[in-house]
Amino acid sequence: MIALSDVSVGFDGARALRDVTLSVARGERLGIVGESGSGKSMLGLAMMGMVPDAARIAGEIVLDGTAMSGAPERVWRRARARKVAMIFQEPMAALNPLQRLGETVMEPLLVHQGLGRSAARARTLELFDEVGIPDPEARLRQYPHEISGGQRQRVLIALSLTCDPALLIADEPTTALDAHVALRIIELLVRLADKRRMALVFISHDLAAVARATERIAVMYGGEIVEGGPTPAVLAAPRHPYTRGLLGARPGIGGQTPGRDADGRRKRLPTIPGSVPPLSLLPAGCRFAGRCAVELSHCAAVRPEPYRLPDGRFAACHLLGAGT
Amino acid sequence: MNRHLTPNLILGAILVALVVGVAGLSLIWTPHDHALMNIRERFGAPSDVHWLGTDQLGRDIVSQLMVAARNSMTVALIAVLMGGSIGVALGLLASALGGWFEDLIMRVADIGFAFPALLFAIMLSAVFGPSLWVAVLAIAFINIPVFARVTRGAANVIWTRDYVAAARAAGQGRFAISRDHILPNVAAPVIVQATIEFAIAILAEAALSYLGLGAQPPSPSWGRMLSEAQTLMFMAPQLAIYPGLCIMAAVLGFSLLGDALRDLTDPRLTRSRQA
Repeated sequence: MIALSDVSVGFDGARALRDVTLSVARGERLGIVGESGSGKSMLGLAMMGMVPDAARIAGEIVLDGTAMSGAPERVWRRARARKVAMIFQEPMAALNPLQRLGETVMEPLLVHQGLGRSAARARTLELFDEVGIPDPEARLRQYPHEISGGQRQRVLIALSLTCDPALLIADEPTTALDAHVALRIIELLVRLADKRRMALVFISHDLAAVARATERIAVMYGGEIVEGGPTPAVLAAPRHPYTRGLLGARPGIGGQTPGRDADGRRKRLPTIPGSVPPLSLLPAGCRFAGRCAVELSHCAAVRPEPYRLPDGRFAACHLLGAGT
Repeated sequence: MNRHLTPNLILGAILVALVVGVAGLSLIWTPHDHALMNIRERFGAPSDVHWLGTDQLGRDIVSQLMVAARNSMTVALIAVLMGGSIGVALGLLASALGGWFEDLIMRVADIGFAFPALLFAIMLSAVFGPSLWVAVLAIAFINIPVFARVTRGAANVIWTRDYVAAARAAGQGRFAISRDHILPNVAAPVIVQATIEFAIAILAEAALSYLGLGAQPPSPSWGRMLSEAQTLMFMAPQLAIYPGLCIMAAVLGFSLLGDALRDLTDPRLTRSRQA
């Protein structure tokens, strides 16, 4: 559905994305995980052709068989909503506070689909129904502040579905929601992707959410994909030291009481030492060098190639090449 | 007392209602024909017939003030609407397109700021001869850069909002986004600015009329009444005082209203008001 090869996004002296290669097929659900500043949101924007004006983008993006690299805004705009749509992290901020929900969702139907007002209205009601919004008639006339966060996110999902996109990018769609509502939204996204045979790119730092929502996973660090493969396999046995650190830093893994060791004593939560350095100060070799627990002498200087592992997995780490 | 109902807002609203009400009333009723002269009754004292007396030509002062209020409101309204709509459109365009186009528009606006309305009015009168429309055009012209700047500043903030990104993601173009999302969300600062500019426009109209570049006789105007009364200052000071008070009431009313509205809509000032 979408294929990126060696896509880089650079600002003055800093690279937000470096040589990212990935592809998502129709009906496939891909998770992208990483901490703040790992470039996962920039990757989402790159797939929408919406990187900031100040950024330079390089590499190939093929969307639904069309090469989009270097395409002008006009071309991207036609692709948006029809081929690729996006939902955002803050459902409150992503809805115009002065526009009725019906107007927001009907706009693309009127403009892109060329529907008349009554047809657009009927289609909006169908969409509201499809995304599980109760009493859709009443919602049409309401403003964003009148409904809950979960409902707002459903409205945004309805908006993203107006032109039957083949690919839906969800940028941290559940981060601003409480756990129970987040679960429902994930269930909805999975159901929609399966039913519509729509590709889903689910961007999140919530590993549990990604585990539920996706079949494949890509772990990002410092603007690169460091590990990828089927979601259950990667989460069960991570091969890259960064992925291991990320999984280890979750409280309560492996059935233990959170924060206690086997004897019931209080235990510190393992962390990855340090923090993500500024983009301009990332090492030239492996981007994780300097924070890695098992670093080799040449890691900071030599860039590791992604090593192919069985089951379609890969990880970019020198340790794998060394046979360990 | 409701904390939104500040004394500024109440006083401003009352003065504005008074001036606009009187101007509106003059459309259907004035005590006398404002242009009717009666030399025998000139410099008449206030009476049952002429509430504020008569002027040097025996015309009824109340009627003149009422029609002058209407003229003043009309000039201010048309000028602010004209200048405002052009300025808002330019501001939205600058914000939507960005880059060198935005720079160009804003630098031209800077030049417009440096250009005094009076000079422009004198220039226009030299070309077209003095009239009320010269005043309207001159005031509208100085309003364009003011509104362009306010709109562009507010619009640039709105462009960074997530709902604009969501609209782009839904395939909306720049102009559709400007219309559906930017314009409604910059309306508050623009309306506040319009109220303040209305006060400035009233003052500018009075100044231009005072110089003879605005409303022409017999159409009355506060500014011209003031300039005609000037030579009679020691004989009949009331002739200068009445239009002066009217100008003051109108300008004060719109200024107070504009300030109060800005305080209500500007979140940065909310905290200091509550403290």
